[in-house]
Amino acid sequence: MASEHPEPQEANGHAILAPGHTYASVTDKISAIALTSPYRRSWIVGFVIAFALTMMLLTTITAVLVEGVGLFGIRRPVMWGFDIVNFVWWIGIGHAGTLISAVLLLFKQEWRTSINRFAEAMTLFAVACAGLYPLMHMGRPWYFYWLLPYPNTMSLWPQWRSPLVWDVFAVSTYATVSLLFWYVGLIPDLATFRDRAKNRYAKWIYGILAMGWRGSAIHWHRYRTAYMLLAGIATPLVVSVHTVVSLDFAAGVVPGWHTTVFPPYFVAGAIYSGFAMVLTLAIPLRVYYGLQDFITLKHLENMAKILLVTGLIVTYGYALEAFFAWYSSNTYEQFMMKNRATGPYWHTYALLILCNCTAVQVLWFKRARTCVPLLFVLSIIINIGMWLERYVIVVTSLARDFVPAAWNLYHGSFWDYTMYYGTIGLFFALLFIFIRVLPVISIAEMRELVAETRERHGGDEHGHAHPDEDDDELDLVASSG
Amino acid sequence: MSIQSQMTNGIDLAAVRERLAGQRGPRYWRSLEELAETPEFQAFLEREFPNGAPEVLDPGSRRTFLKLMGASLALAGVSGCTSQPGEKIVPYVRAPEQLIPGKPLFYATAISKSGFPVGVLAESHMGRPTMLEGNERHPDSLGGMDTFTQASVLTLYDPDRSQVVTRRNGKISTWDLFLHEAVRVLNARRSSKGQGVHILTETVTSPSLARQIKAFLEAFPEAVWHQYQPVNRDQARAGAKLAFGRDVTPHYQVAKADVIFALGSDFLAQGPGHLRWARDFASRRETLESMNRLYVVDTTPTITGGMADHRLPAVGHRVADFANFLARELEIKVAEPGGPLLEHEAHWVRALAKDLKKNQGKCLVVTGDDQPAVVHALVHAMNQALGNVGNTVSYTEPVEHGAVDHQESLRALAGDLDAGKVEFLMVLGTNPAYHAPVDLNFAQKLPKAQFSVHLGLYEDETAALCQWHLPETHELEAWGDVLASDGTATIQQPLISPLYDGRSAIELFASLLGEPSRPGLEAGYEIVRETWKARSDLQVGIDFETFWRTAVHEGVVEGTSLKPVEVKLAADLAQAPMPKRPNDDAIEIVFRPDPTIWDGRYANNGWLQELPKPLTKLTWDNAAQVAPALAERLGLNNGDVVELEYEGRKLEAPIWISPGHADRSVTVTLGYGRTRAGRVGNGTGFNAYLLRTAAAPSLGSGVEIRKTGRTYLLAGTDLHRNVMAPNETGEAAAERHLIRVATIDEYRKDPKFAQEMEHVPSPHESLYTEIEGSVDRIDREHGATLPASGSGYAWGMSINLNACMGCGVCVVACQAENNIPIVGKEQVAYGREMQWLDIDRYYQGDLDNPETYHQPRTCMHCENAPCEVVCPVAATVHDDEGINNMVYNRCVGTRYCGNNCPYKVRHFNFFHYSKPKAPSLVVLNNPDVTVRARGVMEKCTYCIQRVNEARSAAQISGNPIRDSDLKTACQSACPTRAIVFGDVNNPESQVSKTKADPRNYGILTDLNTRPRTTYLARLRNPNPEIETESTHGV
Repeated sequence: MASEHPEPQEANGHAILAPGHTYASVTDKISAIALTSPYRRSWIVGFVIAFALTMMLLTTITAVLVEGVGLFGIRRPVMWGFDIVNFVWWIGIGHAGTLISAVLLLFKQEWRTSINRFAEAMTLFAVACAGLYPLMHMGRPWYFYWLLPYPNTMSLWPQWRSPLVWDVFAVSTYATVSLLFWYVGLIPDLATFRDRAKNRYAKWIYGILAMGWRGSAIHWHRYRTAYMLLAGIATPLVVSVHTVVSLDFAAGVVPGWHTTVFPPYFVAGAIYSGFAMVLTLAIPLRVYYGLQDFITLKHLENMAKILLVTGLIVTYGYALEAFFAWYSSNTYEQFMMKNRATGPYWHTYALLILCNCTAVQVLWFKRARTCVPLLFVLSIIINIGMWLERYVIVVTSLARDFVPAAWNLYHGSFWDYTMYYGTIGLFFALLFIFIRVLPVISIAEMRELVAETRERHGGDEHGHAHPDEDDDELDLVASSG
Repeated sequence: MSIQSQMTNGIDLAAVRERLAGQRGPRYWRSLEELAETPEFQAFLEREFPNGAPEVLDPGSRRTFLKLMGASLALAGVSGCTSQPGEKIVPYVRAPEQLIPGKPLFYATAISKSGFPVGVLAESHMGRPTMLEGNERHPDSLGGMDTFTQASVLTLYDPDRSQVVTRRNGKISTWDLFLHEAVRVLNARRSSKGQGVHILTETVTSPSLARQIKAFLEAFPEAVWHQYQPVNRDQARAGAKLAFGRDVTPHYQVAKADVIFALGSDFLAQGPGHLRWARDFASRRETLESMNRLYVVDTTPTITGGMADHRLPAVGHRVADFANFLARELEIKVAEPGGPLLEHEAHWVRALAKDLKKNQGKCLVVTGDDQPAVVHALVHAMNQALGNVGNTVSYTEPVEHGAVDHQESLRALAGDLDAGKVEFLMVLGTNPAYHAPVDLNFAQKLPKAQFSVHLGLYEDETAALCQWHLPETHELEAWGDVLASDGTATIQQPLISPLYDGRSAIELFASLLGEPSRPGLEAGYEIVRETWKARSDLQVGIDFETFWRTAVHEGVVEGTSLKPVEVKLAADLAQAPMPKRPNDDAIEIVFRPDPTIWDGRYANNGWLQELPKPLTKLTWDNAAQVAPALAERLGLNNGDVVELEYEGRKLEAPIWISPGHADRSVTVTLGYGRTRAGRVGNGTGFNAYLLRTAAAPSLGSGVEIRKTGRTYLLAGTDLHRNVMAPNETGEAAAERHLIRVATIDEYRKDPKFAQEMEHVPSPHESLYTEIEGSVDRIDREHGATLPASGSGYAWGMSINLNACMGCGVCVVACQAENNIPIVGKEQVAYGREMQWLDIDRYYQGDLDNPETYHQPRTCMHCENAPCEVVCPVAATVHDDEGINNMVYNRCVGTRYCGNNCPYKVRHFNFFHYSKPKAPSLVVLNNPDVTVRARGVMEKCTYCIQRVNEARSAAQISGNPIRDSDLKTACQSACPTRAIVFGDVNNPESQVSKTKADPRNYGILTDLNTRPRTTYLARLRNPNPEIETESTHGV
């Protein structure tokens, strides 16, 4: 394979760790990003832009709190707009992180090791962005706690039949578990940082966060158990969170929402968009920080395969929606489908099909799966496509539902866009900070990988990790752990 | 931008501050308006609140405007930063009689427009009127209301009303100073018997005012009384004179007519008696046996045209041809017509003539007040020929006092003004500087009066040109009397003492004549009493006090209706020339009063501004309405700004395409484009008076329409933005069977046609078991069970599409009753109007002459409400009587309920719409209804406050709630009684009976929502000679 596509830098495209690494080199390389390397111009520029966008987000939030949600483009009958579109989009993006860290861990997919840390970080930041939307879209956000079952003098609890209540639980559980999982995974690395940090305050902070980790066998034992348990807890969340989010729609009567296919199709869509986002982040990251040795072509290809599979599931979902509309003989459903394809929002639907169903088909070819620039472009296309999917579901369905006299179109307002770009800014600002203060790749796990690689190849530092890898087969279980 | 240049010129902030400091106290509101209009102040605002910020707040720019206004108010108030006088709250030492805190009282009075009233019962909460209901005893109300009357309570509290006496230079003055000056001027004229003294009023029906004018004219015999209002009966009066040789007023017994032909007449929505006519009309469409048939020929689509079984659009100039043709068919000798009818029109009129002849004595021909005199004469002749006089038509002497030709009267005044002969001019409640015919140049001539005074509710365009302006009392603030269209008198009683320093016209006259010793309210009281004391004929056998108390209490004075007079067709109508028909290619211009702000007097009424106009569904603006065909030819679309050029005058107006409008005709409505209406009305729409000449007050020919290439934002609530492509919504509406229509033949064949159009799932199809309980009688037929009702009541509503004309009074009534805020043009344009009732207007058929259907859509109070299950905080819940309640305090504003409501009847407070714009408007609110804050969902509650009121009354009395105990605001206001509300568990209730009608249907019932609000299908009664093919649904 390598000889057929000679690419000097990616010579070991099938390895999940480039040869020649030792414990020390792995530790040095990864910790250097945060601890010793100087602030690069590109980092500063990137952070400043992201930070400025974050300030824009704060301005938007202030404006909305002062003036009201009327600043957004919502109106009758489209009472949900960018707020819910972006909520679902961000939550979906988060899913890849959980899938990579928890599910692939349980399935012992070693290739996850080098991407799980920042995928998890991405999950957390995405959930943070997502969480802002349901809060800010409320007419009276200061009463958000009424959605929680807290004891009060009126003996009034949330209305349990509402999917929004389920949402509160799903998303808050998800955020908590993701944070814990991430943090527990970080502990050994935090200890490494504590030990390597030069700055007194940094040492002190890392020290506190490392919770006294000394790397004893007992520590490792407990750590392993806790980590696996959390992985076990996180795994069902991959399915449940987006299922609940999909029920926000599926439980409604609105044609285009009221569909039983939503839960699986939403979960697939979430993973689809999540992996696309991981690619969007990983590809520049490995180039900027020279992490090609750790995030190898193998990783990218595996993720491309997941994209292809989930993309096909999503396509199946779209096909089913159309089929049900026809098969049900239901006026409203049929009109909904016709309106999606030919109504005033036809271009969003067409673009959605183009982005989510058509574009991904190139990944049938290995050459495409290993072409990094193409993967990068494709990941962005899929991110856009998945955003459009939510837009089509939320807006197109509501704009023309049952009573024609009440029909009206929706467009995002100025503040909708500032909020959206603001959350993107927040996401990247957090990510930029993350890169500079925490190990973007799990050092501990990488060291394990070094050890395993050495064991397997008897210390042959030039050996390929997986010589038995098949070329064009679409197996997700890519390495034989 | 002009502001830009002014900014660079720069103005002194200190100067502005000085200007602000110079004005204080009661001139608060007025000064604001004035200041806002000065370029300096605008520049100042610009600089203080840079343009960028409001632009950024895109959808909220109106709010930003309000904020700016608020900020400027704060600035204005800074100079007057004195501590407020301390107030003490003390209980009544002697409580006013009958006043129980929390219990409203109702007083009978009347609210008039151009002299003609609608009798009302005013609801008073602790001394402040909040709501008006129709007075069932009043002949021009019969319990129903029109939009203007309904909204007039808002005018009472309008903060922009004029509040103090002012002189022309803007100085605050007093009544005493004015009277001193006016009496001095008048006394100087006594020697010349009042030569040069002029009074200008609108139509006067008030016996007290008429008596005073008479007294005034006796004191000053040479003085002249002019009358002018832009929408007047000049042509009708001339027509009566032409036909009968004298001025008589026709009265219609619509209920007795089997066949009605409205020729260019919107009699169901306009004219002093229209509420009664509408009621009578609807009463004849209740059962198959009683079905009447309505034919309409009109130019602009009207409410009456929408109710027609057969409607033909015709340009205004051809209406006379129709009259001529029909008269010939009825064998009346007439002059040569202006032109022939087209083949299908002739066929139509022949069929109509046959129908009329078949129903001699039981038919009716009516025409509009704005039609030419000869058409009126022909219509009188036709009714005579058809034997209708004495049956469906009767004639009386005119109701109004001193009836004159308004056009001529104003022309005479303008002439005198121009000649400098006017030494004393008193303008009472009319606004000629704004609405006089443009060729009279009245506004230029008005300042030539040596002494001029204007009495009015607002310091309007005329007030600005008079030397004095006097604030007038609202009709809810003063004593008065007024006559209904049949002459029945109402004594108007004040509900509240004048909010400002206002006096009524009769009080003003009394002061000028030196009559009373006491000014103000008490003077009014004395004068009105004196007037009625003189009517000894009404007090036979009873003393005056009893008579007076009864009359005031009842809201009508018994025995005052006019007796019919005998009339004889005097002239040979063949001598009366028909109007000449202008060049066929010329486009004509039609001037009509606006359906919501009339001639402009209601321009500052936010409820009326925001009320969607019955057919165009536009708010906050008027538009030049054209036919789809004309728009196609000229390449025009909705909102395109055109330049209308008529007789050398130019006017820019946005286009609105009205399906069913006559081709080669453009309709403009009056009343907009005001400059001194107040903050709500200023700058809305365009001023059609600028094209309206004395010679052609309602119809002119030869208007040029030129595209300007610009567009203008029109805020309609009808969101099928492009009428040129109505197919999509129309098809969807038809597929969903929202409107169900049948001809009476189809109905006879299949009485259940409406119910068969949609599958109603039985409750057994539900996955969930229903809560066991009392079984609703109606739903039992469908096998349904209802949740157990503790009280046994189950509230429901039925809306009769056969009676609904789409007039919109229910919307205003609901707004008044339920404290619904107005949101402003931008928010309406953005689809955020708050009115709980939408009246959907659907067209069916030919774009050039469609059938029109109206469907009031409000909360259906579904038994299986989709909104309730999705609310995360249980803020919308069912009560045990079947009402879907909104718990505003609990709502957090996720808007999920709004999305999940299939009927889309939920309205969201996107901003703090209810924020009080002025202290007086706070007082307007109904204390029984929560004022909703920002971020809260709201919707129709079936007027639950009234249900609760009725329930507590019923508990006290021990009798169950009956139909008569409880009416929702919309139901109460509806002139045609299309809305019925009541207990569906009581088989005797009217709503139960209505729902048992085979025409009863619910919309979107296949969703298993089980709506409590249902509709009665519309029936049409077409003439088989005109229409053969059937029409079903939209």
